[in-house]
Amino acid sequence: MRARSLIPIVYILFLLLPIYWLLNMSFKTTNEILGGFTLWPQTFTLENYAKIFTDPTWYMGYVNSLQYVVINTVLSVSVALPAAYAFSRYRFLGDKHLFFWLLTNRMAPPAVFALPFLQLYSAVGLFDTPWAVALAHTLFNIPLAVWILEGFMSGVPKELDETAYIDGYSFPRFFVRIFIPTIAAGIGVACFFCFMFSWVELLLAKTLTSVAAKPIAATMTRTASTSGYELGLLAAAGALTIVPGAFVIYFVRNYIAKGFALGRV
Amino acid sequence: MKKIDNNKAWWFVAPVVLLVAFNAVIPLMTVVNFSVQETFGDNVFFWAGVQWFEDVLRSERFHAALFRQVMFTGLVLLIEIPLGLLIALAMPRKGPWVSVCLVMMALPLLIPWNVVGAMWNIFALPDIGLLGRMINGLGIDYNYTRQPIGAWFTVVLMDVWHWTSLVVLLCYAGLVSIPDAYYQAAKVDGARPWAVFRYIQLPKLKYVLTIAILLRFMDSFMIYTEVVGLTGGGPGNSTTFLSIDLVKIALGQFDLGPAGAMSIIYFLIILLMSWLFYTLMMRGEDR
Repeated sequence: MRARSLIPIVYILFLLLPIYWLLNMSFKTTNEILGGFTLWPQTFTLENYAKIFTDPTWYMGYVNSLQYVVINTVLSVSVALPAAYAFSRYRFLGDKHLFFWLLTNRMAPPAVFALPFLQLYSAVGLFDTPWAVALAHTLFNIPLAVWILEGFMSGVPKELDETAYIDGYSFPRFFVRIFIPTIAAGIGVACFFCFMFSWVELLLAKTLTSVAAKPIAATMTRTASTSGYELGLLAAAGALTIVPGAFVIYFVRNYIAKGFALGRV
Repeated sequence: MKKIDNNKAWWFVAPVVLLVAFNAVIPLMTVVNFSVQETFGDNVFFWAGVQWFEDVLRSERFHAALFRQVMFTGLVLLIEIPLGLLIALAMPRKGPWVSVCLVMMALPLLIPWNVVGAMWNIFALPDIGLLGRMINGLGIDYNYTRQPIGAWFTVVLMDVWHWTSLVVLLCYAGLVSIPDAYYQAAKVDGARPWAVFRYIQLPKLKYVLTIAILLRFMDSFMIYTEVVGLTGGGPGNSTTFLSIDLVKIALGQFDLGPAGAMSIIYFLIILLMSWLFYTLMMRGEDR
């Protein structure tokens, strides 16, 4: 029994090591990093973090990223809600094909879409705005949200709908007042996943922005290539990108396992 | 659940269809357009037929990238699925540590992909990285920026670090859904641990394992950002997977025709494989 509980512990340690190393680097001075190998910072400094919080090219990156992530999450989940309801409750012409077609978009490699998206969003005048990235990310987030919500909704017995109609609820009132609170956990999980996949994606976000809406991840890659080897600064910026994820994960911690099974367990 | 026939349900799915169609159909048509035409700039296009497709399918470069991609995806699936299953089986089912475990394990999934690459870049550097130092300390010559084998090892290890948790969380969700009564019945029958796994846990896990394989197949087949951050596709071309090669052709060289043809072939491979998994999965759901 004891050997068994060792497995998750070893695994979690393995997960934490690279994160520790990133934090370690972020608290070092550039001289110390280039000077040699040290297991923890000898001269502890917050300079790297101070630079990020005072330089607008850095902190605006976070604001830009959060902007399109939030727009994308709200948009994806609100259009996915009625669609998931339709898929879970009704049979209609072409429903199975439609469901699979939606999923194929989750399978489309972003690399395939990078160039056409650049042309499309330039043509409609959204290039370099948070809306371009938010809309582009709906390509894979809407199918995911529909899939998760459909899973959760199928777990709600249909008798709930029927009783509400007998009690004289109209459909919109039933949906907003009864159904949405019932699947609140599912909505939370769907939001979490949309947030997560929009937050971690870089290829499309970078392709669709240049200056005004540049995401933090792009600021990082450009710094890495232009201003030499500022490892400490990069490490600090990287460490800060972990914070929003850790923050949202706290809210869904009890549903996260079910969420990863797309609401179907 | 028994569903009601109702074609008006289309109104509910219409917003989704419109948005996804805007995002998927127009770009896909653009790609198809590129793939059958030749251009010399200035937006002047000539019909090229299936020439680009023939070129791509015959090119050594595409074969090499595809081979690397299949190797990588195969390796990753072979390691992550059994490892994830093992960890999920060993996890506690109840108690205060469950939440802690789950949150810690989900952490790598929430880190932007380029940060994952940058993080592993720093972590594996042979001179100032912890991993690089440790391996070299064992007396093995390791430098992922120079050795193809070292680069492959690092890229696969990074992917295991990044995504095994997804498999763990899926399997864990499947395991906690098994009612206690099943285990009690097995105990009464005097079943050995292997029998419990084989006849109680594995059948229940079939569905989540299919999702895990489907998701890991799709995502590892599209891998781009993490590898670019870690090795940039090198040394040489040794870790240039399909997406990396495609971006080089499309956004680097602006060779629209070959890029379009390659995109379509690439997408079709993923589609075909995913359709196979999806059919398997839906059959599982009907049980």
